[in-house]
Amino acid sequence: MQKTLRVKTSEYIDETNSVSFKFNGKSYYGFKGDTLASALLANDVHLVGRSFKYHRPRGIMTAGSEEPNAIVQVNDNTDRTEPNVRATEVEIYDGLEASSQNCWPNVNFDIGGINNVISPFLPAGFYYKTFMWPASFWKKYEYFIRHSAGLGKSPKEKDPDFYDHKYIHCDVLVVGAGIAGILAAKNAAKNNLKTLLVDEKNELGGATIFQNREFNKIENQSSSDWLKKEIQELKNIKNLEIKTRTSVAAYHGYNYLLARENLTDHLEKKDKQGKIRQRLLKIRAKKVILATGALERPLIFNNNDRPAIMLSSAVKKYADFYGVICGQKTVFFTNNDSAYESALCLHYKGIKVEAIIDIRDNSDSKIVKAVKDAGIKIHWSHTVVNTSGYKRLKNISVMKLSNDGMSVTGNKVEISCDCLGVSGGWTPAVHLFTQSGGKLSFDEENKVFLPNKYPSEQISIGSCNGDFKINEIIKNLSKDLKDFLKIEQADFDNISVDSYEEKSKRNIWLLPSDKPIGKTNPFVDYQNDATAKDIRLALREGFRSIEHVKRYTTTGMGTDQGKLGNMHALGIIADTAGVKMGELGTTTFRPPYTPLTFGTIVGRNVGEYFDIFRRTPMNDWHIQNKAEFENVGQWKRGWYYPVNGETMHQAVQRESKAARESAGILDASTLGKIDIQGSDALEFLNRVYTNAWSKLAIGKCRYGLMLNEDGMVYDDGVTTRLGENHYLMTTTTGGAANVLGKLEDYLQTEWPELDVYLTSVTDHYATASVCGPNSKKILNKIIPDLDLSDDSFPHMSFKEAKVDNIKCRVMRISFTGEHSYEINIQASYGKSLWEKCIDAGKEFNITPYGTETMHLLRAEKGFIIVGQDTDGTMTPIDLQMDWIVSKKKYDFIGKRSLYRSDTMREDRKQLVGLITDDPKIVLEEGAQIVSELNQNPVQMLGHVTSSYYSPNLKKSIALAVVRNGKNMMGKKLFIPMEDKTINVSVANPVFFDEENKRLNA
Amino acid sequence: MFLINCPYCGERDQQEFKAGGEAHIERPKQPTELSDDEWAEYLFMRKNIKGVQFERWNHAHGCRKWFNMIRDTSNDEIKLVYKMGEKPPSE
Repeated sequence: MQKTLRVKTSEYIDETNSVSFKFNGKSYYGFKGDTLASALLANDVHLVGRSFKYHRPRGIMTAGSEEPNAIVQVNDNTDRTEPNVRATEVEIYDGLEASSQNCWPNVNFDIGGINNVISPFLPAGFYYKTFMWPASFWKKYEYFIRHSAGLGKSPKEKDPDFYDHKYIHCDVLVVGAGIAGILAAKNAAKNNLKTLLVDEKNELGGATIFQNREFNKIENQSSSDWLKKEIQELKNIKNLEIKTRTSVAAYHGYNYLLARENLTDHLEKKDKQGKIRQRLLKIRAKKVILATGALERPLIFNNNDRPAIMLSSAVKKYADFYGVICGQKTVFFTNNDSAYESALCLHYKGIKVEAIIDIRDNSDSKIVKAVKDAGIKIHWSHTVVNTSGYKRLKNISVMKLSNDGMSVTGNKVEISCDCLGVSGGWTPAVHLFTQSGGKLSFDEENKVFLPNKYPSEQISIGSCNGDFKINEIIKNLSKDLKDFLKIEQADFDNISVDSYEEKSKRNIWLLPSDKPIGKTNPFVDYQNDATAKDIRLALREGFRSIEHVKRYTTTGMGTDQGKLGNMHALGIIADTAGVKMGELGTTTFRPPYTPLTFGTIVGRNVGEYFDIFRRTPMNDWHIQNKAEFENVGQWKRGWYYPVNGETMHQAVQRESKAARESAGILDASTLGKIDIQGSDALEFLNRVYTNAWSKLAIGKCRYGLMLNEDGMVYDDGVTTRLGENHYLMTTTTGGAANVLGKLEDYLQTEWPELDVYLTSVTDHYATASVCGPNSKKILNKIIPDLDLSDDSFPHMSFKEAKVDNIKCRVMRISFTGEHSYEINIQASYGKSLWEKCIDAGKEFNITPYGTETMHLLRAEKGFIIVGQDTDGTMTPIDLQMDWIVSKKKYDFIGKRSLYRSDTMREDRKQLVGLITDDPKIVLEEGAQIVSELNQNPVQMLGHVTSSYYSPNLKKSIALAVVRNGKNMMGKKLFIPMEDKTINVSVANPVFFDEENKRLNA
Repeated sequence: MFLINCPYCGERDQQEFKAGGEAHIERPKQPTELSDDEWAEYLFMRKNIKGVQFERWNHAHGCRKWFNMIRDTSNDEIKLVYKMGEKPPSE
């Protein structure tokens, strides 16, 4: 490796610990402590990627999470691959492999670079405008656009890593561990407040930790030495938890924040195994202190995007923190004093600084004098008008700025250089503040947006609040912190701070060139290749809102969310449109601040833990007997029980026949069960169901239909009167929780005078439903002392009984139309009850059946399933269930709505039966029904809701909702399918045993 | 994510709660006496205020009690919670 690109003295890099990694297939070495970006720069690699649209060569621009260019694919072709990772955030480890994105065949020779040559023809909105016509061609365009677009590749393998979620409650959360954050956290914790300090980097100290020694002094020590001692002290403070490599992604209302803690990304593969990779912290903090710092701005000039054009602060950090030399001949280009700090830092380390180009006409601050004394040439009132060097900066052209800053004059000066450090001043990182609902105000003097109105218990401190110098930070922090935390004194109240006074900057959002703007490439959003030209074009085309301009030009829409260029975009819009920036406002900063992995978001809720499953007590039996399962709500229900390799159709046909010919058994444990007690329980049932309940005797069951207040069917089920003031209501499997919620709502808010108590007992009982002509014989074997005669135990009645001395409730009710019994037993006995039924039923070929057969059998009887034959637009009248709607009752939920003009329309969709002309054709559920085939447009009358082949009737049957279907009995209708038209006729929806003879057989 | 002060349980995370729409809409005592328009007014018409709004909330994953909340929808500030049946403050 080339040792020459390192300067000694970085304490953050362990030069004894060499690390081998690959970039674009080539091996390199770096040191422990390096990021991928710093290690590449140390190896003289600046070209790391291609831009999104024009495929221009791009290099590392920053040293932090705001990086727009150096986004790489990590560990490609492995199960741990990850796209769009910022090279400035990747800590290198032995075996790391990274590669450039968005280039083909490789970053040095990229076919897409042709877009750069034709870029004058690819302005903002090019794709919108060009590929609109003819509309039918979109499919062809799309193929090519999709192939040339996109950043990175998503992983194809299953993610091998674990992720975790963790809730944290604290008194004070401090975001950002720069000097302000560290002092705030320390003082909060010392005052007995449970404090959490988080920072996205692996080291505490922010920018101060490598602060230039001569110009910032605290207590007569260099600010970095002083801060190091403070950091040492942090470790001994109770109540203080510190999390590094932890990036706050989102700041929601009521001080609820989400942060990603990175635990293994910096480790070698062997050390990653078996550990949690990333943890999503869900933090609820009583108070939040934002110390998120500031991001340096670039300057917008012609060809400002070449590799080795970097932020001035990044050049400094690479030298100071990582000991890396970004260029042998560095030039700085600035509008403020901070580039001078960078220049001096390089100069003292022996790295050559060619010149400083400053658009101001002078500055007499201490630091500028020091630069002059060091003999570095300063070009006052000059600007860079062009740069050259395709894959690495080679040369800049400089000209004198006119007084108004709108144009350039004089001769062009060429300066040869291999690195350009750019500084356009600093932008406070107010992203989290605005996410929380905070409002910004614009500071005209410094051209920054600053926190103005706090929406919750929070403050912003340090440079994210507009204090850029250490003396200001500490002075303001002392006051703000005491007010905010209500503490008497801070332990840094009386320290002496010595910093230099900065001469104010000169702000020009878009710097002029000697060429007309149309011939220049002044990039505003590097990642999305949006230029100042695009923004002006958008304004010319009439866009005014900043949000619209953003979407039209894609400025600020990349993975970096425009952290660098957004302010310039706003500035250029304001200048061009002649409005004030404060009035223009900003675009919304949306979470996450930096991208989150999907793994972090879902945590442990993957695979079988994706959602909760509910299983009945008989579940093991179903599994042993090879049941196929169906998800119903959160329940796993037996769907059908294939034997000897049967298909689903074959199994269902067999099960359906067996249930009608001899005996079937269904696990009905999932039905919702609500225990209702209280002296007003009967009145309550009268109010919530459509039918009358007053005459229901103890020991009897009744089917009820429940409506919403709008008159539409909501749920149904059988309710049994267990005692004088005691009822057991059953609901549909999927509706159980909502029905309970609705009933509770009415009891608590509309009828609090009713003495009624509701308890969900769904999980308390297991239910086996035994049906068929032989069901009575089977029951008699299990419960010999129960009188099953029709006189004693008729249809729709209930008895208490004992199976093997265990109490159970037996209801003689039926959803299949067969003589049948539902046995409810304490859940823990469910499986043994089930097995007992199976044993007793063996001689009658008792056949377990699942939900599919249940659906078929009830469809033969024309019984509805709420949610399948209804969809929230069906009244009981529409379902032809007028018989269940009491005319006598004064009121019940939904009654009034049944008399609205709309619900009384004759031509509403109504439930009917359909019989196909060809008995073998089974209709598709959801198929549309028409009466005329040659209409244009054809009028849809309704659709098929349930459809089966009935083995008991030996023909296809279906239920459907059809407009005015009630009056269409016998009418021929058509069901046009893709390949054929099916002829059907409207029929009575009760297909089987219309007289209900079998219930009492 | 709100922090909601359930009148029965105290401060809990929003994910324990269910929103239930506008508060203080009483179900008519004699629905059959109402015209279609009057019934429709009760059934369908809800305010959607930018600003201070009276809402119903339910501590669904807690005590399961319904209660009232006054919330500013423009900044999600919860001004007050009070029990069902209690009169809303006049101001």
